[in-house]
Amino acid sequence: MDKTIATLADAVADIPNGATVMIGGFGGAGSPVELIHALIDHGARDLTIINNNAGNGHVGLAALIEQKQVRKLICSFPRSADPRAFTVAYKAGEIELELVPQGTLGERIRAGGAGIPAFYTPTSVGTDLADGKPTAEFEGRPYVQERWLKADFALIKAELADPHGNLTYRMAARNFNPIMATAAAVTIAQATTIAPLGGIDPENVITPGIFVNRVVHVPNPQQEEALNRAEAVYP
Amino acid sequence: MTDIDAIKLSNAQIAWRAAQDIADGAYVNLGIGFPEMVAKYQPPGRQAIFHTENGVLDFGEAPAAGDEDWDLINAGKKAVTLRPGASFFHHADSFAMVRGGHLDVAILGAYQVAQNGDLANWSTGKGGVPAVGGAMDLVHGAKRVAVLTDHVTKTGEPKLLAECSLPLTGVGCVTRVYTSLAVVDIEGGNFVLREKIPAISFDELQAVTGAELKTDGPVADLIVPEL
Repeated sequence: MDKTIATLADAVADIPNGATVMIGGFGGAGSPVELIHALIDHGARDLTIINNNAGNGHVGLAALIEQKQVRKLICSFPRSADPRAFTVAYKAGEIELELVPQGTLGERIRAGGAGIPAFYTPTSVGTDLADGKPTAEFEGRPYVQERWLKADFALIKAELADPHGNLTYRMAARNFNPIMATAAAVTIAQATTIAPLGGIDPENVITPGIFVNRVVHVPNPQQEEALNRAEAVYP
Repeated sequence: MTDIDAIKLSNAQIAWRAAQDIADGAYVNLGIGFPEMVAKYQPPGRQAIFHTENGVLDFGEAPAAGDEDWDLINAGKKAVTLRPGASFFHHADSFAMVRGGHLDVAILGAYQVAQNGDLANWSTGKGGVPAVGGAMDLVHGAKRVAVLTDHVTKTGEPKLLAECSLPLTGVGCVTRVYTSLAVVDIEGGNFVLREKIPAISFDELQAVTGAELKTDGPVADLIVPEL
């Protein structure tokens, strides 16, 4: 078994128009910038994107939005140092926003990956974000029912991968990446280093390869924060 | 009438006061912005363990300019450093820590706080791009949910109210409010005054508070160092 794919373009080539795509990262940390840029080059449109944020500057997710490839965004915090790409599209009515509390977003993704269609959480009880959702009381406290989130594809960023798709992450670049890997029909990971089989101690594997379908080698990955400080624009 | 702006505590002084209530070894989440200042004012000999929603426990101060590693940031997207004993985890685990009752204290900012503990801190209700982040999660689960805030708005309106008028972040969730004039607990649906700065009288404080201030014992002087 060898899940490595030769090029970024090959890795994203079958993402169709209208697909739901989870993109890992929190702000720039863990953002798979090269895979997002490959998706821009590929050109799929009318995408529903699931990410914590809405991009920053004119690279990565912000660039995907600027290229008008995103129809809907599901996120917790669509603001950043430079959120113009999303803000302009949102105010023009070109992009739909589903705002989800951050912990609920994470748990909906986890539930999607774990085969749990719905769960109850105290988060958002009594607020506008609970409008229209079923509630129930447990041990005397009210909870809101939330539903799983699943995707057709997940684009994630790993530090180390092997040909079976076992992954590790680097520091706080882990964030949403491991849970998104579990919740998509096809998970595509870019990895800074690809080790031979046996090259990752099983004790240290964070995402077991069963959750990963494709691995692309991206040595020296770009950092969104560094690109924005250099005022980079993609494409 | 006393000029409140002339006597009120600075944000740093409010953060200092909140820091005095954090025990050694406590697990603490500090909200983005003003609450982050609490970390600087821990009393000597105490070291809390700080949690950030994006998956780090026991992070430390910002690195020197030029030493940033953009894979090591906090929830405010600012570069941080690690303390010995730090750990990384993914978002589902991070919010299991939050909702599961594992944090000792969460400290947040506020637009408004109501006497029953309702908090409004995510939306001014004026339109624009809405953003909530982790605030609605953080107000549920921590053993104490404390708020740091100016006692009144920039235009002098009370921020401690009988009921919040802005969209809520959470219902009945706040346990203590550290303001620029006072320390107020929320107990049994009431504001209970614990401390006030000596330069303001009880009546003057009540006049800039939007609901009744109760007392159930002596009110201590809120004394804070120059910072």
